[in-house]
Amino acid sequence: MDEQKLSHLQELEAESIHIIREVAAEFENPVMLYSIGKDSSVMVRLAEKAFAPGKVPFPLMHIDSKWKFKEMIEFRDSYAKKFGWNLIVESNMEGFRAGVGPFTHGSKVHTDLMKTKALLDALAKYKFDAAFGGARRDEEKSRAKERIFSFRDKFNQWDPKNQRPELWDIYNSRIHKGESIRVFPLSNWTELDVWQYIRLEQIPIVPLYFAKMRPCIELDGNLIMPDDDRLPKEYIPRIHQRMIRFRTLGCWPLTGAVESNATTIEEIVEEMMTTTKSERTTRVIDFDQEASMEQKKREGYF
Amino acid sequence: MEKKNVDIKAFLDADEKKDLLRFLTAGSVDDGKSTLIGRLLFDSKKIYEDQLTALERDSKRVGNAGAGKIDYALLLDGLKAEREEGITIDVAYRYFSTNKRKFIIADTPGHEQYTRNMITGGSTANLAIILVDARMGVITQTRRHTFLVSLLGIKHIALAVNKMDLVDYSKEVFEKISAEYLSLTRELGIEDVTCFPLSATEGDNVVEKSQRTPWYEGTTLLDFIETVPIHLDRNMRDFRYPVQYVLRPNQNFRGFSGKIASGSIRKGEEVMALPSMKRSRIKGIHTYDGELDEAFCPMCVTLTLEDEIDISRGEMIVRPDNVPHIGRDFEAMLVWMDEEPMDPGKQFFLKHNTNLTRSTVESVEYLVDVNTMKRQPGRNFRLNEIGLVRITTAKNLFFDPYSANKATGAFILIDPISNNTSAVGMIVRPLGTGETWQADVPTLDLTKLGIAPEHHEAIEKAVRELSRQGLEIKVIK
Repeated sequence: MDEQKLSHLQELEAESIHIIREVAAEFENPVMLYSIGKDSSVMVRLAEKAFAPGKVPFPLMHIDSKWKFKEMIEFRDSYAKKFGWNLIVESNMEGFRAGVGPFTHGSKVHTDLMKTKALLDALAKYKFDAAFGGARRDEEKSRAKERIFSFRDKFNQWDPKNQRPELWDIYNSRIHKGESIRVFPLSNWTELDVWQYIRLEQIPIVPLYFAKMRPCIELDGNLIMPDDDRLPKEYIPRIHQRMIRFRTLGCWPLTGAVESNATTIEEIVEEMMTTTKSERTTRVIDFDQEASMEQKKREGYF
Repeated sequence: MEKKNVDIKAFLDADEKKDLLRFLTAGSVDDGKSTLIGRLLFDSKKIYEDQLTALERDSKRVGNAGAGKIDYALLLDGLKAEREEGITIDVAYRYFSTNKRKFIIADTPGHEQYTRNMITGGSTANLAIILVDARMGVITQTRRHTFLVSLLGIKHIALAVNKMDLVDYSKEVFEKISAEYLSLTRELGIEDVTCFPLSATEGDNVVEKSQRTPWYEGTTLLDFIETVPIHLDRNMRDFRYPVQYVLRPNQNFRGFSGKIASGSIRKGEEVMALPSMKRSRIKGIHTYDGELDEAFCPMCVTLTLEDEIDISRGEMIVRPDNVPHIGRDFEAMLVWMDEEPMDPGKQFFLKHNTNLTRSTVESVEYLVDVNTMKRQPGRNFRLNEIGLVRITTAKNLFFDPYSANKATGAFILIDPISNNTSAVGMIVRPLGTGETWQADVPTLDLTKLGIAPEHHEAIEKAVRELSRQGLEIKVIK
């Protein structure tokens, strides 16, 4: 502070807080989408920071695909309660009752119905005009080009060729009725930034990020941890215990674990810096089709 | 940092304190820009193995690097649509870090949409890397890119004279190009310019010093961007605090949240709210992590004042002895970003800091030919055109010239029908008398004061400088 100079984390924090406040000031009905992952945890803390000592003026919404890890749901509920968040949970109940899931319908149908459709339905139900997401530009190639304020037409579609210019820290939040903006306050954060910030700020995260002996099976090269009794019976004999942790969190049949001994944030970072795989390789849905994340973004998934 | 015995705690403690440098890269289609960025990322060992595996696979399929070589450019071309076209279509952001700094690269393409893309990518850049092909030297596009860099007020340029391998690492070629470029940047008033003889494909002087340029005594490109000082580039002098959000969690707390646009402020200091001109003192500088004694740009804080003053979003807190221009009329450089040409006489929404107001472009003074930097008459703007305009807004803005303060000199124009960001602008100077402020402007009547004409110029110069710092004085001769 003596030199009137910010570290990169302080600068990123300021950038994000400015974005979050701008949305709160300019939109009628914003919502923060909460995936319960580490990036979401950082985003949520930044929102708390943006309005301290007041309360955050928008709700948190979790789209529950009904296939999330139990530990995620427990974490979600206890965090929201502890920090006084107004938490909305929405699911595609029709799909749930019909038994839609990755084992029976494949990852594409599952994601389309239980995640994308559930999200779009929820956005329409509450008439949200802005939705925060925790995506980072360094995660995936198509995200590297997306604006911080990402315009969506009334069908929630993203058009990568027709994005609004975005300069300085001046964001265009004007939309017509039915249109919306997805806002990514963590756009300029890297995975390492996120971990450093979690460490520095002591932000709580789901314990699944830390290594522990857990049951798992190998499925198509991914280490999958069966989290409830919906694992097809034929796989049960293959379950064994391994020291594993998760680099990303999502639906348990679609999220691969990595073998690891990292039980602290420092060890996670150390592992990350010496590891040879980037984080999304443990996400099964990315490999569905070529440029699949871009396709999903165009359709309205983040 | 790849060593197994690294002390991770010490590493993280040091890493947390690194600062952040944002830079823009600009070059023509074949200058090897993507290759250079790929090289920076690759050689600073931040590319993960699976990205590399995917790259090797992609290189075999569509790579342009030739048999057995990695096409570094493929690391950067993200979108499917672009991969098919073989060109990047917009700004792509890349991230890497070294032991000294964290970096954000705004990578912009060199084809016909260059102006819009470069302006978009460069608006937050501390530094620009301009690429030239050593075989071609300074060409029209180089001038264009450099003009845009100067327009955006980017203070540092690294000229990457690339493909030195194709001119046999000739010292003469490098020196000729450097000299020509430095005369161009002098003309444009860019002070900090450094030239580098490089070969991105071979790796010369990018990260490692090259044996093939023994005559070159300077640093590598990476050394330069790791060490160039940038924290003084912001305006740390003029306190400008556009109120973004009014925070009223309870009856006892009325806070004004915002990002300090420039300058710094201390607890207890006297401040003034614009446009009400009401004065008070800073009671507290609040953050989630507790109260601060001092805060500076670009920090986000919440200020409380000693007195009950009504301040809303869009208004500004400043120091009483250092105020921005207050007014509705100004001259600005405008860059047209919309496929739709400007409809003169149309009203636009103008967003400046946290202020949104209706505005009209009253007149187009001239357009600038970005290739020759010559002025030419014009009445209208089409995509990628740049020119000087006079703008009038419906309500008062609190602004400074962009050259003195980027944060309070920049704005965007939004089409009220399409809602697109049609243009972006950089304020050059206020117009008219600034009626709101005029009553308080002190006057220097040089004749009445008996000051001899030979001193007038010096006084006017001092007054201009004071005006730049926000203190208006009227001079009568």
